Amino acid sequence: MKATYYPGCFLQGTAKEYAESILEICKHLNIQLEEVPDWNCCGATAAHSIDHRASIELAGRNLNLAAELPHADMLVPCPMCFNRLKTASFALQGEQKERYHIGLSDSIPAIWDLANFFATEDMLQLMAKQVKKPLDGLKVVCYYGCMAYRPQKITEATDVENPLSMDRIIERLGGTALSWPYKTDCCGAGQVLSRQDMVSRLVGKLYDMAQRVGAQAVVVSCQMCQANLDMYQTSIGVDWGKQFSLPIYFFSELMGLAMDVKGVRKWLARHITNSLSLLNQLGL
Amino acid sequence: MNELEPRFSKSDTLYPDYRLAGELEAFGPFNTQACFQCCKCTNGCPVTFAMDLYPDQVIRLVLIGQRKAVLSCHTIWVCSACKTCTTRCPNEVKITELMDCLKELAIQDGVPCPQPQILTLHETFLDNIKKRGRLFEVSFLPSYLLRSGEFTRKWRQGRWQADAKLGLQMIRKGKFSPFPKRIRGTQDVRRILSPSRREKNSS
Repeated sequence: MKATYYPGCFLQGTAKEYAESILEICKHLNIQLEEVPDWNCCGATAAHSIDHRASIELAGRNLNLAAELPHADMLVPCPMCFNRLKTASFALQGEQKERYHIGLSDSIPAIWDLANFFATEDMLQLMAKQVKKPLDGLKVVCYYGCMAYRPQKITEATDVENPLSMDRIIERLGGTALSWPYKTDCCGAGQVLSRQDMVSRLVGKLYDMAQRVGAQAVVVSCQMCQANLDMYQTSIGVDWGKQFSLPIYFFSELMGLAMDVKGVRKWLARHITNSLSLLNQLGL
Repeated sequence: MNELEPRFSKSDTLYPDYRLAGELEAFGPFNTQACFQCCKCTNGCPVTFAMDLYPDQVIRLVLIGQRKAVLSCHTIWVCSACKTCTTRCPNEVKITELMDCLKELAIQDGVPCPQPQILTLHETFLDNIKKRGRLFEVSFLPSYLLRSGEFTRKWRQGRWQADAKLGLQMIRKGKFSPFPKRIRGTQDVRRILSPSRREKNSS
């Protein structure tokens, strides 16, 4: 199949391993991705915080460019971009659309959060057939964060309080996804630069609970969650007076691992918190 | 709630600005009038520990015309826009979206931001994407650290080593792409973000 792809800025930089793993697994599953031509930044938190109109128009420009491609589906790995694109599509088709200096093309594709796309029954079956190295013995918690789900009216998610997309993916890959209460709690996202103290408090709580339910690692679909949970683990441990040692995997990296796609160890080596030794221990 | 004191003014209290809710609703609808103070927003909010006013109090103060209190509070800035409140509100009050609108109104009214580093973060981000149409982290991170004074602060307190170490680690692991890409539509992005257009927005 063919699909439109909107990578977003972070996947070209700090979340390079997320981008690399997505391209490889899609190639493996015979999904051809075509990037939105000349896409721009969605505006992220900065735009919606201090310039609402720009936030809708920035994302709207991307939707119109995506409409030029013939594919029915657009895959968006970054939940922040996903949320902004969905918000723009909602606003530009709603009662207040006249407020914006941009009109929406009538042939925009369906906007998919990438994890939800891979958790559809068709994709799960396609994936299950390709599993060569099941994730036996790997116990994880799936952490969904905010942007792929809230608010329901915009994201059209059916399971906002207890999302299951990544849990389903992990189970199909042969791993164990443990149940835990902080699936959709906030990690503080961009506040990591302006209010590190807040992020330490929010993320420390997640580590603590993940370890208490017996998880060996956390699986995420958002590169901001990944960055906040992966990069500052030691210093947050100091703040909490505890030692945390939790690899933070992108779900796509674990898909690659189970499907024995090439490059997995190269992606994982880009993480700040050691994420290879756990896999070596488990013989994966 | 911590020690941060909300800034109530005597004149606001005695002469409430009842146009405030209407003024905000013109950018909405946010359904503020539907709030019946059940406090579900506040109870589910993950960052109340950093707030001087709880989310339900912000809505109440909007309704009773306490302009200065809501525009100068820390709450609107420390809100991380996780949208738990908006999602759970039984009356469909768009609380997160209202917080954003209050930030814009505060800037427009020239109210000093009580969390200047958060405002600087947003401004630096938008300035960065104006240059090439996409975010370039390699210039964004240092320019934020310099503009916000965060770098100087950390330098003085001798806390800069941790950041430097993380930066080097990220470079070593290939997490930065040293070559930025400038999109053809950079002009479109600049036009969308131009201040002149913003002034037009508010008229």
